[in-house]
Amino acid sequence: MEIDKDFTYTESLIACPECDLIHSVPSIREGEQGRCVRCGALLFVRHKNSLDRSLAFALTGLMFFILANIFPLLTFEMEGQSESNRLIDGAIAFWNAGYWELGIVVFISSVVAPLAVLLVLITLLLPMQFGRSPFSPQFQIRLLTHLKPWAMSEIFILGIIVAFVKLQDFADVSVGLSLFAFVLMVAATVMAYLTLDEDALWSRLKEIRA
Amino acid sequence: MTAPVTAKSIGAISCHVCGLLVSSRLTTTHNARCPRCDARLHSRKVNSLSRTWALLIAAGILYVPANVYPVLTLISFGRSTTNTIMGGVIELAHSGQMVIAIIVFVASVFVPIFKIAALLFLVVSVQLRLKVQRRKRAVLYRFTEFIGRWSMIDIFMISILIGLVKLQALATVTAGPGAIAFAAVVIITMFAAMTFDPRLIWDDEGDDYDG
Ligand SMILES: [Zn+2]
Ligand SMILES: [Zn+2]
Repeated sequence: MEIDKDFTYTESLIACPECDLIHSVPSIREGEQGRCVRCGALLFVRHKNSLDRSLAFALTGLMFFILANIFPLLTFEMEGQSESNRLIDGAIAFWNAGYWELGIVVFISSVVAPLAVLLVLITLLLPMQFGRSPFSPQFQIRLLTHLKPWAMSEIFILGIIVAFVKLQDFADVSVGLSLFAFVLMVAATVMAYLTLDEDALWSRLKEIRA
Repeated sequence: MTAPVTAKSIGAISCHVCGLLVSSRLTTTHNARCPRCDARLHSRKVNSLSRTWALLIAAGILYVPANVYPVLTLISFGRSTTNTIMGGVIELAHSGQMVIAIIVFVASVFVPIFKIAALLFLVVSVQLRLKVQRRKRAVLYRFTEFIGRWSMIDIFMISILIGLVKLQALATVTAGPGAIAFAAVVIITMFAAMTFDPRLIWDDEGDDYDG
């Protein structure tokens, strides 16, 4: 393998993020992916119209996120009395009970991080759609990388299911409109991530700046 | 056979955010940053093994209160039931909800202990410069990193119950101190997986070749 001794950086080679092995960047077709020959980590993915599709999913996700916060998630009835909860009520309940650490953790992982992921994607991709540079693409892309593990909406859905099953044993529980919106928000966010091709993102940014 | 060509062996660093391959000559100054995304550049995660060790020890200690103390209490018609993590699983199984019971058991009981054990094994295997089964260890790391977040199911379930069930004497759910320790175990093991650098599994592979 030939490596230019004077290079400062190169886009024709990449190192596997999990084992550091050098690979030359292949010309793979849309819809294909490339894995590391040594450890099997995913190295490249190519998607058709990646940036357009990712933006569309992010905007859809934001719309469902707003809906998910308006209506109740679950409604609980017992002896003629009823109670409903919204998405943020879990975090508030922890906070009010004196478990403020858990309140913050739940607030970040179920509300702040999922919303921030969608907003960062939109503020990054929407200006690029109109041929403009986002306000700080480098910062936005780094932020996205750091937010990703802390956005736990899909896990929150399983939490709702377990809570629902537990309550069914001794009371009447019904599913609110927000739960459907929340599930659709998670699906849209996952799709926005899956369709986002970071190499396409960097090369589009380069074009816009040139 | 020749030694594997890695970024390190050709004097380059792969940016951990955008993947750009940058010459290490750029990083002789302090706080070198990626020319494409401006992230800080490190050839390997800083103090990976000692940080992972410290986090694993902390998680191991907190694992005890997380399982001994109750995570939630249900008061209904003056009767109160208190559950630990395992107690919640057993209750679900008794009420015939086997599928949900198994999901909660895997996420809350199996995953945290598996994660701590797997990361301990990975750290020790690197320190002992183990030469075998590198690819299997790489897959183990990828799997461990992927499953870690799912243990939060119980914390979310508790947050929903305490936010929803507050009909005073009729039915009220309150959280228990075990929940804090449990959430701490989940978050600390997530950090432990993030600080472990999987490239260390492969770093001495080049030593096996001549030259
Ligand atoms: Zn690899
Ligand atoms: Zn970078």
